[in-house]
Amino acid sequence: MTWLFDNLAMVGEYLVSHLALAIPPIVASFVLAVPIAWLANRVGWLRTPLLTGAGLTYAIPSLPLFIVLPIIIGTSARDPLNIIVALTLYGLALMVPLTADGLRQVNPLALDAAKAMGYTSTRRFLTVELPLAGPTLVAGLRVVAVSTVSLVTVGAVLGIPSLGSLFTEGFQRGIVAEIVTGIVLTVALALLVDAVVVLGGRLLLPWTRPAREERDHASTPEAVTA
Amino acid sequence: MNFLIEAFAWLADPTHWGGPNGIGVRLGEHLAYSVAGVALACVIAIPAGWWVGHSGRLRGLAVGISGGARALPTLGLVTLLGILFGIGLIGPMVAFVILALPSVLAGAYSGVEAADRQAVDGARASGMTEFQVLTKVEVPLGFPLLVGGIRSAFLQVIATATLAAYVGSGGLGRFLFLGLKTQDYAQMLAASLLVVALALVIDVTFAAIQRLTSPARFR
Repeated sequence: MTWLFDNLAMVGEYLVSHLALAIPPIVASFVLAVPIAWLANRVGWLRTPLLTGAGLTYAIPSLPLFIVLPIIIGTSARDPLNIIVALTLYGLALMVPLTADGLRQVNPLALDAAKAMGYTSTRRFLTVELPLAGPTLVAGLRVVAVSTVSLVTVGAVLGIPSLGSLFTEGFQRGIVAEIVTGIVLTVALALLVDAVVVLGGRLLLPWTRPAREERDHASTPEAVTA
Repeated sequence: MNFLIEAFAWLADPTHWGGPNGIGVRLGEHLAYSVAGVALACVIAIPAGWWVGHSGRLRGLAVGISGGARALPTLGLVTLLGILFGIGLIGPMVAFVILALPSVLAGAYSGVEAADRQAVDGARASGMTEFQVLTKVEVPLGFPLLVGGIRSAFLQVIATATLAAYVGSGGLGRFLFLGLKTQDYAQMLAASLLVVALALVIDVTFAAIQRLTSPARFR
């Protein structure tokens, strides 16, 4: 605890950089997954390559991906953008198949009813299909949020500041308290971001009961590897 | 693009493959770490997961462990254990086992739980003991899910073994961190491509095993 209070300003800076690296991929994987999943459901031949691609992306370890990305997207080797793009890819690898499934499992009677009431296809998608698939999307986004916050720390070995810098500096200086602080704060931040996603889901989807969310969460796929 | 060509040139250089610090040895180490870490995790997590899945006891705890593990930063665990156990393989190996456990546990208990209830009731009605119900019905029916858990665990350990080179263990991560220290991006890239290739080969292999062990094949 003494270590934490003596270094509060530095830890605060790392916390802010950590959030700046973690939030864009979480938001982007949600925002991009919806149109990609919609397209995968509409265009038949796109499904297989998208699902295979998502599965393979999931298998790639994060540190090698951070290092390979610069030659694909033309950034420099230590650009924070590499972390953001890599984590967005992981988020999409989880969200796209899940969103496509969620959209396809919407009760067709509800869609027919909307159509019969004269909804245009855009309005039907935004006000009927998407909200009904909402609980699945929230469950997936929770997994993405938690694993993204945790994976940001890996960038520290490349010199990209985050709470992970507490691990690398703590290891180099032999300060156990610094590493423990980093682990506790990373886990706490992951749980906090998870809680924000749950709260957002409750506000946007007020009809979903907590009991149902629990069940959906239990059946979500495995998280990405380090 | 130049870096990519340099990376492939680095990989194509036969002097980088042989010797005690060559790619061959490091690749062997990487695989050995992964197999050992996952095997140890299986010894602990498979019986525990089967028991949880069969009895339904401590299910909340098992779900909590396998879900909560996502939040645990692997680099934090690797550096912490690296300091606590000093230079050597014990620290990284403990980290591999801890990180492989949740996936294997989830695969074991969800596999047993996913077995068709009618098949389980039928086995019990035909006079099987609880042990027979578990080993002859629930485990075979849930086997692909268990293999899926072991697959995730394996990929997790391959990724973590790369990071473990940061605290002085062997494996392919050695080349990566050596390249980082000497600002040799081509070598970092070559090492990363090797790890990615290894992960993809393992993933595809396990996907095949999952298909082969699916009970649907025997119907």
